[in-house]
Amino acid sequence: MADLSIDFAGIRAPNPFWLASAPPTNSGHQIHRAFEYGWGGAVWKTIGAPVLNISNRYGGLSIAGQRLLAINNVELISDRPLDVNLREIAEVKRMWPDRAVIVSAMVDADPQAWRDIVMKIEDTGADGIELNYGCPQGMSERGMGAAVGQVPEMCELNTQWVTSITRLPVIVKLTPNITHITEPAHAALAGGATALSLINTINSVMKIDLDTLRITPNIGGRGTHGGYAGPAVKPIALNMLAELMTDARVRASGVPISGMGGIVTWRDAAEFLLLGATSLQVCTAAMHYGYRIVEDMIDGLSNWMDDKGFATIYDVAGRALPQTSTFGELDLSYQAVARIDPDKCIQCNLCYVACNDTAHQCIDLVADGGVRVNPGFDVRANGRQVADTRPQPVVREPDCVGCALCANVCPVDGCIEMVSVPSGRESITWDQLTAQRPEVATSWDAMMAYRKEQGIDIH
Amino acid sequence: MTDATAHVPPNTPVPDANLFAETYMPLTPHEATVEANRCLYCFDAPCLQACPTHIDIPTFIRKISTGNLRGSARTILEANFLGGTCARVCPVQELCEGACVLNAEDKPIAIGRLQRYAVDHVQERGVQLFQPGPATGRRVAVVGSGPAGLSAAAELAKLGHAVTLLEKRELGGGLSTYGIIVLREPVEVSLREVEAVRALGVDVQTQRELVGAADLDVLLAEYDAVVLAVGLGAVPAMGMPGEEYVLDGLQLIEDSKVSPDALQVGRRVAVIGAGNTAIDAATIARRHGADVTMVYRRTEAEMTAYRHEYEFALHEGINYQFLTQPVRVVTEGDTVTGLECVRMVLGVPDASGRPSPRPLPGSEFVIPCDQVIKAIGQEKPALAVALGLELDHGYIAVDGGMRTSIPRVYAGGDCVRARGTASTVMAVQDGKYAAAAIHEQLSAPKEAAHG
Ligand SMILES: Cc1cc2nc3c(=O)[nH]c(=O)nc-3n(C[C@H](O)[C@H](O)[C@H](O)COP(=O)(O)OP(=O)(O)OC[C@H]3O[C@@H](n4cnc5c(N)ncnc54)[C@H](O)[C@@H]3O)c2cc1C
Ligand SMILES: Cc1cc2nc3c(=O)[nH]c(=O)nc-3n(C[C@H](O)[C@H](O)[C@H](O)COP(=O)(O)O)c2cc1C
Ligand code: SF4
Ligand code: SF4
Ligand code: SF4
Repeated sequence: MADLSIDFAGIRAPNPFWLASAPPTNSGHQIHRAFEYGWGGAVWKTIGAPVLNISNRYGGLSIAGQRLLAINNVELISDRPLDVNLREIAEVKRMWPDRAVIVSAMVDADPQAWRDIVMKIEDTGADGIELNYGCPQGMSERGMGAAVGQVPEMCELNTQWVTSITRLPVIVKLTPNITHITEPAHAALAGGATALSLINTINSVMKIDLDTLRITPNIGGRGTHGGYAGPAVKPIALNMLAELMTDARVRASGVPISGMGGIVTWRDAAEFLLLGATSLQVCTAAMHYGYRIVEDMIDGLSNWMDDKGFATIYDVAGRALPQTSTFGELDLSYQAVARIDPDKCIQCNLCYVACNDTAHQCIDLVADGGVRVNPGFDVRANGRQVADTRPQPVVREPDCVGCALCANVCPVDGCIEMVSVPSGRESITWDQLTAQRPEVATSWDAMMAYRKEQGIDIH
Repeated sequence: MTDATAHVPPNTPVPDANLFAETYMPLTPHEATVEANRCLYCFDAPCLQACPTHIDIPTFIRKISTGNLRGSARTILEANFLGGTCARVCPVQELCEGACVLNAEDKPIAIGRLQRYAVDHVQERGVQLFQPGPATGRRVAVVGSGPAGLSAAAELAKLGHAVTLLEKRELGGGLSTYGIIVLREPVEVSLREVEAVRALGVDVQTQRELVGAADLDVLLAEYDAVVLAVGLGAVPAMGMPGEEYVLDGLQLIEDSKVSPDALQVGRRVAVIGAGNTAIDAATIARRHGADVTMVYRRTEAEMTAYRHEYEFALHEGINYQFLTQPVRVVTEGDTVTGLECVRMVLGVPDASGRPSPRPLPGSEFVIPCDQVIKAIGQEKPALAVALGLELDHGYIAVDGGMRTSIPRVYAGGDCVRARGTASTVMAVQDGKYAAAAIHEQLSAPKEAAHG
């Protein structure tokens, strides 16, 4: 059995699954129950300045009947009084000494305000503090949340105020609403952060109701942008995680990163671990299905780790990072082509139309006997047997550019494989090529001459 | 209103209304969305090819998935004006659903039920999707308001021709109204389609029968073209003693649909035949609480009913007597007491390629019953002979454009179905072919047009 326990900047937890600071962690009662279900930790719903939440606050994204692929919220931080939260935090930590209890906080950009709240958090016995520099709505207008996270100097200064007075680990939670995620990360490190977490929610307008013509959620006839989270944001979160984990300064600092944004299953979790996160946070999935989902997250991750021979979370962490690269370092001579397994193909012809309409027109329909045919049919033919006489899609490999569109549209698992084939060319990267022949980057004539020389024909 | 059960003693089983409701519930919006989203939206889709009317199935399903139900219904009805009936009665397992690529991995898309969902959506709301075309000044008479006649009339009206539809019966719709059991299609659905044709400006005249050659001459004098879509006749005679006591299966089904009060169902019923109609008649009797035995002279393997129909019948609790040929209806006075049969053995294949059954001498036995129903197909169109039309195996002979041997007379539907199985969707397609050929003829320059 794999050991899922973690020590994250000194915060210990029996497994890496923490509930993110959000509605699932809004009260002692809730976190108590979540811990009963097995969550390894919880980041308390952000506490701080007095707020008044509005109704209603969530918009959901459905695609093809699948609900809540993302949620968007115009919620603020905890609307329960500070002292109530603090008392419950202390109670929960007392009852669950082995679980990670981290307190998310947000106050005015003022050293005294930070000092006050940090002292109170320390008194609860909590394991760590997370600084919420992410809230994209409501709080940012008051100079908090994203208003801090989006300005590196503010980020550094606020972090500095906190780290200078507390002995607790300080996690700085980054906002994705920024051009380069590394900038606020550097600022947080400069401010003494002991860990980073990402991503908070992304600015978004979820949808417009086609019946009422109103923005959803509709708050008394008006709508505003909100924070976007859930399965649909995972690729963005993974990218930002990879950017941080491959950044020289972040690496040199050695701070651990808590990953979140779209984690729904242990599979998503494993991906975040493979890109270097060592604790994982979950919000939307818990909002969608309840705390119970953690059971499969733990079980599935543990089984997968056993299968792969990973004994601890730290054996997994960062395993995929060596493959992350820049475009300039990719091998221009690598060649893959699509290959269709005729036994698996169900002849939906989606690959055919995709390649013909929007790729390189290199899939043919081939009838029995190897004759190339056009789509279409005999109008007098009908009945189920037409399925048996359908032509088969076949890739004309020499013309295939290996874009992989067909493999992406094919509805049958493993039916279209992108197979690596020898290109017959010396391996070379763009960086190497342009170092050797700078002109190929600036002159089409030079580029065409290079292609000719190499026998590269793009039709 | 009187309560039909008022005079019935307590504890008498009454047929449950649900037993006579459509077998399939309509899809709920959620079910339809989920199912529509399961469709792959295949390119050059086999389901579309397999449909005799070539409804653009991927497109109409896609439109359901996006919530464009009106567009979806239009896509269906453009290709098949009787999309509502076809959604219910088509042997989809043999056609579109049978060809769906998802058969390979999973289960096919419920194309029929999705089609019904879209068409019902507009028809229940009375949405009028089509307009008559700009008037061409040409007139066409269509005889028979079954699927073939309605389809031809609708297509011609959309092309701007003035259409008169003559129907000998009281209600339009042909077998969709009178012959298809309510478990599959309620009468309202078929009547809705008659109304939709009327809304295109077609002059639907019921209780107008084309009786003979003289009538046809009158029509040809008044109209530029005539379409015969007269279907087939009654259940043929078997020529066995006591046949006068045998009920026509079609009559039983008709009563169950349009005059349920007149319906007489025995307690023990023998149904002769094993085709679609026989199964329908047997189902009606069974649902009215009868013990039903189907009598068929060959075996399960030669039955003309589809496999799914056979299974449906077994599931309904209908019994089968294979290799059994009825020879006489046994009566006491005017009361039927049994059906005398003889056992059969299968011999060498006959012209149809199926082994020919032969009676086993001395094997006579009686199936006790109080009602005998025959459902052994329908008579060939007698009118064809009266009109002096060229025939093909007793059906009206037509060419690829549904032209008969008489100039300007076209035919389609069951009355021309010399080959292949008679079905609603084939009749609809015939109607389209006939309309297209007539339109071509009427649009051609005058000199070339006659003949
Ligand atoms: C019991 C039964 C069940 C069936 N079940 C199915 C099924 O599940 N699925 C399926 O696809 N098919 C089924 N069929 C077959 C299907 O009903 C027919 O193929 C289809 O109705 C043929 O259409 P049509 O227009 O050619 O003829 P019909 O529907 O028979 O219509 C002919 C019309 O012409 C009228 N007419 C006839 N002679 C004259 C005249 N001289 N003057 C004026 N009007 C006239 C008739 O009254 C009738 O209304 C079934 C048939 C039967 C008998
Ligand atoms: C309704 C809602 C409220 C949230 N409130 C907070 C908050 O108070 N503090 C905070 O740091 N993040 C908050 N978040 C952001 C989440 O903690 C998390 O960063 C984000 O939802 C991404 O994770 P997910 O994809 O698993 O939901 C909130 C998110 C949602 C959906
Ligand atoms: S990889 Fe791209 S170019 Fe090659 S067959 Fe597939 S879609 Fe066409
Ligand atoms: S997309 Fe896949 S299943 Fe469909 S035709 Fe192409 S190879 Fe076959
Ligand atoms: S074959 Fe099946 S999956 Fe493909 S378009 Fe038709 S119904 Fe949809």
